[in-house]
Amino acid sequence: MMHPGLEHYLIVSAALFSVGLLGVIVRRNLLVMYMSLELMLNAANLALVSFSRFNNDLDGQIMVFFIITVAAAEVAVGLALIVALYRKKQTAHVEDLTTLRY
Amino acid sequence: METALFYIFALLTLASGLLVILSRNPITSAMFLVITIAFLAGLFVLLHAFFLAAVQILVYAGAVMVLFLFVIMLLDLRAEERRRFNAFGIAAGMIGIVSLGYVLVSTIVKTRPGVGVTATLEGATVPLGKVLFTNYLLPFEIVSVLLLVAMVGVILLSKRDLR
Repeated sequence: MMHPGLEHYLIVSAALFSVGLLGVIVRRNLLVMYMSLELMLNAANLALVSFSRFNNDLDGQIMVFFIITVAAAEVAVGLALIVALYRKKQTAHVEDLTTLRY
Repeated sequence: METALFYIFALLTLASGLLVILSRNPITSAMFLVITIAFLAGLFVLLHAFFLAAVQILVYAGAVMVLFLFVIMLLDLRAEERRRFNAFGIAAGMIGIVSLGYVLVSTIVKTRPGVGVTATLEGATVPLGKVLFTNYLLPFEIVSVLLLVAMVGVILLSKRDLR
């Protein structure tokens, strides 16, 4: 087994991002799509932390700190929107939300 | 030791990430997301980002996932388990992520960003706090205002009538 270098961490990050994107495309439940978005954000965080470690620069970690904060705010607003939507339409499924389509 | 831990954490992160999107029940998905985040925090520790690992556990696995579970329990999502996966969506998704994964991995392999760099940064909390409160003071304050705005917005959104 090779000692993990920058490439190893970046490949894990790329794979995790792809998994998150697959979730957004395949799943039709708003909450699970939201969790997949979180996976993608975390993949970006992993890439930033590993760049920060291997380039001897703290800025990457600061960026991750801000991403975590903004993601927390985003989750709060997004979940409130989902709850408001559920109250109006009784569904959390994107296929049932066709108001803008017709 | 560190090498073995990296491979264990990486594999478990990816496996539980896959289980997040493959499980039928949203509560199971949320639980696997907690596991994914915990193993990512382990990877952060391997990268010597100790403060971020702690924040990751506290904010993501703590606050954000509690919010997710709260909303899942609030909504009645039992109908979800009866739904089938859309075959066209799965095909499109597989094509999409296989191409995306190929592009990303081949970029990483061809450019070899790890050549000539060594893992040197010690992500101790004190230097991180110093940078955060000197160079990045303005973004820090803006983010705190953003959190306040998000809080007010959530309260407004969850009112029963928006008039």
